[in-house]
Amino acid sequence: MEEFLRILTQSAGEILAPTTAAYAMAAIGLNLHFGYTGLLNMGQAGFMLLGAYGFGITLTTGGSFWLALLVAIAAGVLFAIILGMPTLQLRGDYLAIVTISAAEIVRWFGRSTLWQQWTGGASGLQGRFYKEPFQELSFLPDGRFALGPFEYINTGSDSWWTRIVAWGLVALVVLFVWLITRSPWGRVLKGIREDEDAVRALGKNVYAYKLQALVLGGAIGALGGVIFALPAAIVPDSMGRTMTFFVWTILLLGGAATVFGPVLGSMIFFAAYMFMRTGMRALAENTGVGDFITTTNVEQIGGMLVGVTLMLLVIFRPQGIFGNKKELAFNVR
Amino acid sequence: MTADRPTITSRWSRLLAALALVLLPAIFVAPPATASIDETPCEPDKETACIAVLVLNADNDRISDVVVTVAGGDFSAELTTPADGPATVAAPTVGRYTVTIDPATLPADQLLPQGAETELTVTAQSGGTARAAFRVGPGVEAPSTPTAGSGTTGDTPADGTTVEDGEGVGAAPEGDASKRALTFAQVWQQMGSGLRFGLLLALASIGLNLVFGTTGLSNFAHGEQFALGAAVGFITINQMGMSIWVGGLLTLAICAFTGLAQDSAIWRPLRKRNVPVMQLMIVSIGLSITLQYVIQLMIGGGSERILSRNPQPLKLAGITLSTASWLSMVVALVCVLGIAWFLTRTRIGRATRAVSDNPALASATGIDPDKIIRIVWVMATGFAALAGLMWGVSFGSFNWQLGVQLLLLMFAAVTLGGLGTALGAFVGSLLIGQVVELSNLFIPSDLRYASALVILILVLLFRPQGILGRRERIG
Repeated sequence: MEEFLRILTQSAGEILAPTTAAYAMAAIGLNLHFGYTGLLNMGQAGFMLLGAYGFGITLTTGGSFWLALLVAIAAGVLFAIILGMPTLQLRGDYLAIVTISAAEIVRWFGRSTLWQQWTGGASGLQGRFYKEPFQELSFLPDGRFALGPFEYINTGSDSWWTRIVAWGLVALVVLFVWLITRSPWGRVLKGIREDEDAVRALGKNVYAYKLQALVLGGAIGALGGVIFALPAAIVPDSMGRTMTFFVWTILLLGGAATVFGPVLGSMIFFAAYMFMRTGMRALAENTGVGDFITTTNVEQIGGMLVGVTLMLLVIFRPQGIFGNKKELAFNVR
Repeated sequence: MTADRPTITSRWSRLLAALALVLLPAIFVAPPATASIDETPCEPDKETACIAVLVLNADNDRISDVVVTVAGGDFSAELTTPADGPATVAAPTVGRYTVTIDPATLPADQLLPQGAETELTVTAQSGGTARAAFRVGPGVEAPSTPTAGSGTTGDTPADGTTVEDGEGVGAAPEGDASKRALTFAQVWQQMGSGLRFGLLLALASIGLNLVFGTTGLSNFAHGEQFALGAAVGFITINQMGMSIWVGGLLTLAICAFTGLAQDSAIWRPLRKRNVPVMQLMIVSIGLSITLQYVIQLMIGGGSERILSRNPQPLKLAGITLSTASWLSMVVALVCVLGIAWFLTRTRIGRATRAVSDNPALASATGIDPDKIIRIVWVMATGFAALAGLMWGVSFGSFNWQLGVQLLLLMFAAVTLGGLGTALGAFVGSLLIGQVVELSNLFIPSDLRYASALVILILVLLFRPQGILGRRERIG
């Protein structure tokens, strides 16, 4: 029982973890792409990695925190423009193939020895090189603070300060997305998702709107990368395809084309993912299940279940938990 | 298909010849290749696996005249560490070796710390040096953690040579060619490797293209079908000890069955429900994640080899590749020609092309699209598995990431050649093979796959329908 409580607490702790906020942010960006505009971006991790690099490298070379944030967003914007220009006039799956390839190119360049002095190569940028300016901004007193069973230090890597900033940014972006998707601009995006030709017939420049959506979602994705880097290090191999696919699972779990879907999806996903893994590990260690599932297999079985969840979601409930089936982008091209 | 191949190859060779001229002076200053005799330190090349043993004290100084034993299988060698470098030995076969230190031969002031291991296990792989380092003497942490490095660059002690990293597809047995001077022989050799790469890629990507042509699905799980071939082959041939032919055929049968099962369990019901193609694509991504972790469960997280013996080199037309590679290339070429014959000359093949052109019209003429698509799935998964198996055999080691990395190259190949056309997949794959292997000469080898993806993006920019594709397909 005590063990079960520990697992529950650990899973609940994931709900407010900075990583959950980072994925929520990336999923909000992807929601602008896929949920509202119908663009199949399969390279959200590339945007995140570029954002993280922009942030980390600016700070390690002596830039200020705010400059670093701007550089991160600029990196996402630039990447979106480069990717969007050639592909947005083609059919949807071309964008998917190009974005997944481009994200891989970014990762390969990041882990290559070519720019090792900037990116740190395959072992990445250690957090201690760039975290200080961020933690200096903290107005929290020194020490620790406990809220129920959740106790973290006030300022540090896995701290209340990181959580406050991460979720504060997520709240701001949620508000922003809520406002713009209710605006005339957002209605054009939804129009493109439903029927591109009809929108074109109304005299709108569909290509420009798609590019704007890609840029905006990409910049939000880059911010997600910054949040991801805040409590950890910037390691290219941990920000690859798996990350993109997790972001997709989160978006489809919460519900595409909803304002809170990505955020709630991320919370549910990570709580369930942690519950499943710690639960399996506890079972493997303490019961006869260990004969079939060793603790090293837990990660792999967890990953398999994510894949199966994604398949089942798309087949049986493509609108996710909170979504509306009418607002779904799958039917276009 | 042969029409534009030679022109492009000759354009490449012209470019390379020009570069070779530019780099000519570098050839003269390049040091002569060292001959590998038993007395000289073992030099890893693509056919040789080396094991190096170091004995270091707390200050990273080498300690000489220590006796170590390297043993594995029925091989055993006793080495004495020289003063100027590690004690090396060429491993007769690739695989795991145990390195044992004789504590009695250590100098009196440099003894093994309490509780430290006297044995280390290393994995020898051709094209690399597996290192075992013992730390001795005062100042070393009490239960010292002796490092056994194999394929990892992280724990290599301060020494000039680094170990070829096991990361990435096939772990580039040729090593980082960009560091060497450029000669025509190297370019020719790389082109040979490129042909091997291209033929295997072609065999795998034709299936991807056939599935796309008949169902409109960009199957993201196709890379995993490729890796599954290598993984099942590893289990049947290496772990269960079957002969390569029996194990290979069994692998093919199992993987082709996964295609059949997939079609009847997932894709056919979804087609019946008229699920949009984009939704199917995300289902295939889910399937790809699932299979990726299934493969990890099957073979673990490390690099594995299908054949455990050292490959036999064979030089044909100035290109040295392993005999297994040459055989794989012949098999791949025969299969590709067979598929071409099947598509153009047989009833079912023609029906396949009809379905891929216009499913409604095809079914109106009495063709059963479901039957054709089932055959296409079995072919696609079967040939992908064959390509994966032969990849694993001819490139040495592979890991569970093989699938997705190859998937992107396959997408590059089919986009370059033309999505939905079988011939386009073949032409595109051969070109991508050349690009990947030749770019190895100019850019760091850890970026060679990036070059192919850059080409993919350029193609979409300037000729989105690919070399052989038709304009209307890109929508």
